[in-house]
Amino acid sequence: MSISARIRHDFGSFRLDADFAIDKPGIAALFGPSGSGKTSIVNAIAGLLRPSQGSIVIGGETVLDTQTHIFVPPRLRRIGYVFQDARLFPHMSVENNLRFGWRRAPIRADESEFERIVSLLGLETLLARRPAKLSGGEKSRVALGRALLSSPRVLLLDEPLAALDAARKAEIFPYLERLRDEARLPMLYVSHSLDEVARLADNVIVLKEGRVVAQGPVFDMLADLDLSAHTGTPSFGAVIDTRVAAHHSADGLSVLAFDGGELIVPLLNRAIGERLRVRIRAEDVMLATEEPRTISANNILLCSVTAIRETGTAHADVQLLCGQARFVSRITQASARRLGLKPAMPVFAIAKSVIVDPQAQPVAD
Amino acid sequence: MRGQLNHAKPAACSFRHIACAPQIHGMLSPAELEALMLSLRISAVAVLCALPIAIALAALLAHRRFPGKAIIDGALHLPMVLPPVVVGYLLLITLGTRAPAGAWLLQHLGIQFAFSWTGAALAAGIITFPFQFRAIRLSIEAIDSGIGDAARTLGAGTFDRFVNLTLPLALPGIIAGAITAFAACLGEFGAIITFVSNIPGETRTLPLAIYSALQSPGGEAEAARLSLLAIGLALIGVTLAEFADRRVRVFAGR
Repeated sequence: MSISARIRHDFGSFRLDADFAIDKPGIAALFGPSGSGKTSIVNAIAGLLRPSQGSIVIGGETVLDTQTHIFVPPRLRRIGYVFQDARLFPHMSVENNLRFGWRRAPIRADESEFERIVSLLGLETLLARRPAKLSGGEKSRVALGRALLSSPRVLLLDEPLAALDAARKAEIFPYLERLRDEARLPMLYVSHSLDEVARLADNVIVLKEGRVVAQGPVFDMLADLDLSAHTGTPSFGAVIDTRVAAHHSADGLSVLAFDGGELIVPLLNRAIGERLRVRIRAEDVMLATEEPRTISANNILLCSVTAIRETGTAHADVQLLCGQARFVSRITQASARRLGLKPAMPVFAIAKSVIVDPQAQPVAD
Repeated sequence: MRGQLNHAKPAACSFRHIACAPQIHGMLSPAELEALMLSLRISAVAVLCALPIAIALAALLAHRRFPGKAIIDGALHLPMVLPPVVVGYLLLITLGTRAPAGAWLLQHLGIQFAFSWTGAALAAGIITFPFQFRAIRLSIEAIDSGIGDAARTLGAGTFDRFVNLTLPLALPGIIAGAITAFAACLGEFGAIITFVSNIPGETRTLPLAIYSALQSPGGEAEAARLSLLAIGLALIGVTLAEFADRRVRVFAGR
């Protein structure tokens, strides 16, 4: 299942002009600051917004083509849409909310699928309740279940976590990760939070002022030095896709393997072989041109420089490649000159700290 | 001449009788009871016939914008601000037995509005239509349009959304509007007396009976009794509307 979209629409003060394609399952993040046109794009895909120009193809079916006057109404598009504000039907029980799209689906999922989604999202005890009696996190889960049960071809998630506090977000993340890893359908996830993107997305489409300014796999995009220029934020650093390789409980350490080496982190409560994303901030990576042998840091990786970008007056972001994994290091421009850094040069990256999802770490008593 | 003849109790002490007589039959003469039952019947028919029209027009006008909407909106509110006598007069010149439309209806369908209780119901229904229309439109407009969008993405068409979302979510407004309109129908006077006259047992509703009592010598006590009854009915109506509204809001999850 794929989506390709070309959307032009004039909102008066703001012009949307976006082209992009998603041809892999998993989560594609539509990332950009508020007002960059993210919600308008998902509304156009769902059919709630009718762009003045463009075409949208979902899984081979043209649902919009302004040149040939094709416009498939939202109810026939088979799109699962999870709204930021949940939008549950207030006069129906949770079960009837869940079954609303399920009953109307052209190909209705069987009862076992209903039960599977209910248990996947942990909704068993909520079925008889009214939405008014649900917490924010519970509402999000019901909205997610309602969209999934309508047998969608694509799932659109418009900042489903934005209205939730950190604790509620942490409650929803595992459900979204499970959905992503099952990878039964492509998901377009709207977000303005790099933390969410780093944790959930497989691919990233970066929007700025109604235009797509970059797109690619999440691990490359986050380490892209242009991203911080586009978003006007300091470099996010790198996110590395790793697998748990070993536990050394005597030392209180775990080893994570990735394409390009190993990372040593405090002991994890995850099984060997499990996938885990870790984040390494640019300011936590030091560079050395010779291998540092007498140093306290555990994580020293041989990389090659791929790009250097000066930021502000004093700093420089250095993009590194280690195997297939990209890192970013923030050093001073003075250091970059002193080390004589230039592209393709081999360097040793010393990661002072590796950020791991707190839920992957045992609770310290 | 009426009332006192059939009424066993002397008119002078009727206020106390209302206080001590528990049964309506004991308090009211057959003619008065007839006026009460006629009022209830005319009001019920008027409200129930106008309700579907009010719901349909409210749903059509609630979320749509088109040129001329303000004029249609104003026209639908007109019966509320026009003198009821004018409405009665307009009905008389269109649906009276000698008016073209009235004559046609009588000749071809056998329907006669003039001088009949159905005409009274029609007049009351028109006068109180804005009460229903307004309450229902406001409650439909209060429904978050995002909920309708969510239903669209879940495969629900226009009629489906109207039946399964709009109607249940607007129920508080529908019930409150219907009860208010019913109470207002009970009090309708000008349009009824102008269009269908004041015929005992056919078009003489509670207010018309009060008016008639006041016109006849010695009818003050009867007028007072009927007025108290009207006040009681109005109070019951307002209380019911409030109660129903609260119950239904709980149902609608608001």
